[in-house]
Amino acid sequence: MNAQYPDDLFYTKDHEWARVEDRDGGKVATIGVTRYAVEQLGDVTQVDLPKEGESVKQAEVFGSVESVKAVSDLFAPVTGKVVKVNSPLADSPEYVNEDPYDEGWMIQVAVSNAKELDGLLDAEAYQAFLREQGE
Amino acid sequence: MRRTPLYEAHVRLGAKMVDFGGWAMPVSYPTGILEEHRATRTAVGVFDVCHMGEVHFTGPGAAATVQRLVTNDVGRLENGRAFYTVACLPTGGIVDDLIVYRLQPDHYVAVVNASNIDKDVDWFQEHRGDDCKIDDASPRTGLIAFQGPRAEAALQPLTSLPLDRLRPFSFASDATVDGRPVWIARTGYTGEDGFEIFCDAQDAPALWDRLMTAAEGAGGKPVGLGARDTLRLEARLPLYGNDLDDDTTPLEAGLGWVVKLEGDDFIGRDALRAQQAAGIARKLTGFVMTERGIARHGYAIHDADGAAVGTVTSGGPAPTLTQNIGLGYVPTRLSVTGTKLSIDCRGKRVAAEVVTGPFYKRGKK
Repeated sequence: MNAQYPDDLFYTKDHEWARVEDRDGGKVATIGVTRYAVEQLGDVTQVDLPKEGESVKQAEVFGSVESVKAVSDLFAPVTGKVVKVNSPLADSPEYVNEDPYDEGWMIQVAVSNAKELDGLLDAEAYQAFLREQGE
Repeated sequence: MRRTPLYEAHVRLGAKMVDFGGWAMPVSYPTGILEEHRATRTAVGVFDVCHMGEVHFTGPGAAATVQRLVTNDVGRLENGRAFYTVACLPTGGIVDDLIVYRLQPDHYVAVVNASNIDKDVDWFQEHRGDDCKIDDASPRTGLIAFQGPRAEAALQPLTSLPLDRLRPFSFASDATVDGRPVWIARTGYTGEDGFEIFCDAQDAPALWDRLMTAAEGAGGKPVGLGARDTLRLEARLPLYGNDLDDDTTPLEAGLGWVVKLEGDDFIGRDALRAQQAAGIARKLTGFVMTERGIARHGYAIHDADGAAVGTVTSGGPAPTLTQNIGLGYVPTRLSVTGTKLSIDCRGKRVAAEVVTGPFYKRGKK
């Protein structure tokens, strides 16, 4: 058990996470940013996300997060159609800081190519990556 | 990177350290910028500003040299009083913004921005008049800001100086805090009441610990550069390097109140008189975002017709106001309250509206 970087998630080197579940014969990925990202950002004051029905593409920008100090892009861990958006973040962006893996989730995507998941990091590999970066 | 005498204290407090003009400085402590901002507005914030520069002017010619260098009227300063001012180039562009303290008729101290110390000292030396010695005391001087509505109550038990008698922009150079010799000035950069405490650099760590304990007892916190920036922006205090630089004049920046064009001569006066006579073409203008979006330094400003008219110099959230605010230079005709603008936030036009005066003004005591 590692609450900083839960074992059941996939991670990207851009510091997003994806929780992948089977649903209706396909896979749905819930996406957010990691604890490390949150620590780097500081207090989040605005989250800009795509709308339901829009498509996102792996490794491409799907939104942005504004902290007090700066704006940062969000990169999609997987390709697919957005099926749900965490709309409470519009009024309560602080959820991202307080609970990045649960209340602070951002979008859910219907995964269009499950093979993409093979290119993502597991919790151990992500933490090894952070160590390599000197974090 | 250079370190202030308080570097170890910040690391001990778990601060996130960043490079600020060559200095390793705390951007925030573990509870975050918003909490530090709130603590300063409601209780006390304690700030390490040891990186700032302290330049002493001494000798019979000190007053004349300072007057030549700054736009404000040195003749109206009394012992124990300070003023905010700028130093200009002959073009009227700003070398730095600073506070000048008068200790004696022949002893002044200028407190200047950390990133400008070397440039300023060179500029001051180059324009030094007769019978004036200029000494950069920055490395041996510590400076801690103690700011917020509870600052006076929290500081008073540590000093015998009657703080209620210290007026804004006054200072006492013979005070002690916790038995250590300090100057206590009623100045700051947060829009709150508060003090700046000058000390021997060697005494800074012990004073910091003492001031932190006093602040925490009053519900206060250590505050990093992140909240220092949101606090000063809400109070609409300009930041050199963002809102002021050698291409902007104090008249454009809304600092006409520190420029005494009819007083004694100073460097840049002719250019500023000419600018005043010709009319000021652009002004540093405050705006609030009226749609969802955050303006950042460098974003383009557009007028109601969509034409690019200027650039954001400072922008971000105003935590006390729960609005997003900013400053930027726009043509004077657009600097009027209520003027509709839009900000190009990474390709998206977000509506904004001009406001005049400080975004945040503290309540009267």
